[in-house]
Amino acid sequence: MANRRATPRLAVWKFASCDGCQLTLLDCEDEFLGLAGAVEIAYFPEATRGQLRGRYDLSLVEGSITTPHDAERIREVRRRSAHLVTIGACATAGGIQGLRNFADVREYAAVVYARPDYIATLATSTPIADHVSVDFELRGCPIAKHQLLEVITAFLAGRRPVTPAHSVCLDCKLRGNVCVMVAHGTPCLGPVTHAGCGALCPAYHRGCYGCYGPQETPNTVSLDPALEALGMDARDRRRVYRTFNAGAPAFREESDRHDP
Amino acid sequence: MPDCQRLTTDGLQALLDALRARGYRVIGPTLHDQAIVYDDIHTLDDLPAGWTDEQEAGHYRLTRRRDAALFGYAVGPHSWKRFLHPPVQRLWRARHEDDEIIVVAEPAEATRVALLGVRACELHAIAIQDRVLLGGDYRDGHYQARRRDNFIVAVNCAEAGGTCFCASMDTGPQAQHGFDLVLTELVGDGEHRFLVEAGTPEGREVLAELPASPASDAEIAAAEALLAATAASMGREMAAGDVRELLLANLEHPRWDDVASRCLTCGNCTMVCPTCFCTSEADSSDLTGTETSRSRHWDSCFTMDFSYLHGGSVRASGRARYRQWMTHKLATWHDQFGTSGCVGCGRCITWCPVGIDITEEVRAIRETRDGAPT
Repeated sequence: MANRRATPRLAVWKFASCDGCQLTLLDCEDEFLGLAGAVEIAYFPEATRGQLRGRYDLSLVEGSITTPHDAERIREVRRRSAHLVTIGACATAGGIQGLRNFADVREYAAVVYARPDYIATLATSTPIADHVSVDFELRGCPIAKHQLLEVITAFLAGRRPVTPAHSVCLDCKLRGNVCVMVAHGTPCLGPVTHAGCGALCPAYHRGCYGCYGPQETPNTVSLDPALEALGMDARDRRRVYRTFNAGAPAFREESDRHDP
Repeated sequence: MPDCQRLTTDGLQALLDALRARGYRVIGPTLHDQAIVYDDIHTLDDLPAGWTDEQEAGHYRLTRRRDAALFGYAVGPHSWKRFLHPPVQRLWRARHEDDEIIVVAEPAEATRVALLGVRACELHAIAIQDRVLLGGDYRDGHYQARRRDNFIVAVNCAEAGGTCFCASMDTGPQAQHGFDLVLTELVGDGEHRFLVEAGTPEGREVLAELPASPASDAEIAAAEALLAATAASMGREMAAGDVRELLLANLEHPRWDDVASRCLTCGNCTMVCPTCFCTSEADSSDLTGTETSRSRHWDSCFTMDFSYLHGGSVRASGRARYRQWMTHKLATWHDQFGTSGCVGCGRCITWCPVGIDITEEVRAIRETRDGAPT
């Protein structure tokens, strides 16, 4: 539990990522002033000019580990943080840049950079939990604002955050959405995907893209023939799992099954 | 069908007007997102005239009918529990003021709601939820308030859906009790009319206000023939008589592994089931820690959290979770509440994304149980 006598110090760290999850914090708008009152935002390069110093009660970590330098830096962040929470698909599953895990990154570097020998990069993009111990993982690409606030308030109150790991289907049904898969014939990853977005895409007649990674007990093998029957060929079924959460084990294994 | 009256479509509109004049919010079937779902009804134009549905395991499509029937389809993805036992219900709020904690219970919302187009299976489902939520020592005050002021207009099913099996469960297709009024829609012979009977004093009172005339013997015979035809054309069937004993004697049957390999553990079957009543509670607090509230929301025995006790989930495997759901629904429900928990509406079959069919699972266990011919 946070020490309620002193204002808890919050830090926001960025690793390999697009900044979208950090921006969710700024996107809190109305709640942001309340947040600024409840915690001391001690380090947040996206919003302040503060310097890295001292220790932090709560560190929010965005991004994945893709360089030797970052692999060292995350250890320093862990040492300075009483609680470390990873936010978003990059930090929890390696992110879209995790696609390098299926390819040869040296080949990419040779194509993209004039002097690839200047590029110090790792062969893989890996989640933070592969490098240091993580106290809580918040899923999503990007994370949901209400869930980020829930994680921070739960930390302040010393309770477990309510971020259910069940399927997106449950949220669809709570919301009253008509199932796009059953009623429209639209392929959807909802049954195997972790809730958190509030079933956003199905509410707008789109199938779920799996932005929150695998649900707690995903059965991708059983969903597969249904996706095929709705017109997705093997290439599509491989690609649909190789997006923001390509490195999440359940999605990686399922996409590997469809390798040519 | 004694005291059977007939209404024209204008007469049915008069029913809507009469209910609204009595202060009821009228909810009934509407077209939305290519499905028939329950929502507010103001005029007959809000009903899905001329539409029907095609239902199979994991499959639902709307298609046009050749006539303008207003109730010519089977049940859709919603059930009445959305209104009577809503997905999210706040229970209380608490405020930290000076040195005091002030707890305010959420008042029970007492709304006058008329349910229009309730099918026989759904009347049974409502009766089951009544037993579960109001029948024991601990009554659900929110459910009680929402049930107190209902006016139920049932509709006898003029055709069976592809996943219907109410005839097997003895819950339909004819509405027997639990309604204020019941309609049977007749669209043949170039005439669109509804036979209507009252089931309660308030139903009789409302019926007396409507421009109704006595139904002819031919019309009554036509309605009876229609119901017989519906009962004979169920898309599914389940030999329900001994299913409790069958399942409880086969808790280690290999079929549970087979169904677990197909089950997505997504929980859709429990969400669409009109009798599944399980909820979980969750607290939310504000950033300053001065206000907090507790809500309950629909939950499912297919989630890991649902059976989480100290140290882990009791039902960690998909096999354990599917078996729990099905044996509770069809077997131990009898022990707990005195009836089956299944009303044969077929929603769990239609809305399972991979089309797992509860009637097929029962059949598979029956055919391969110990001593059965293989």
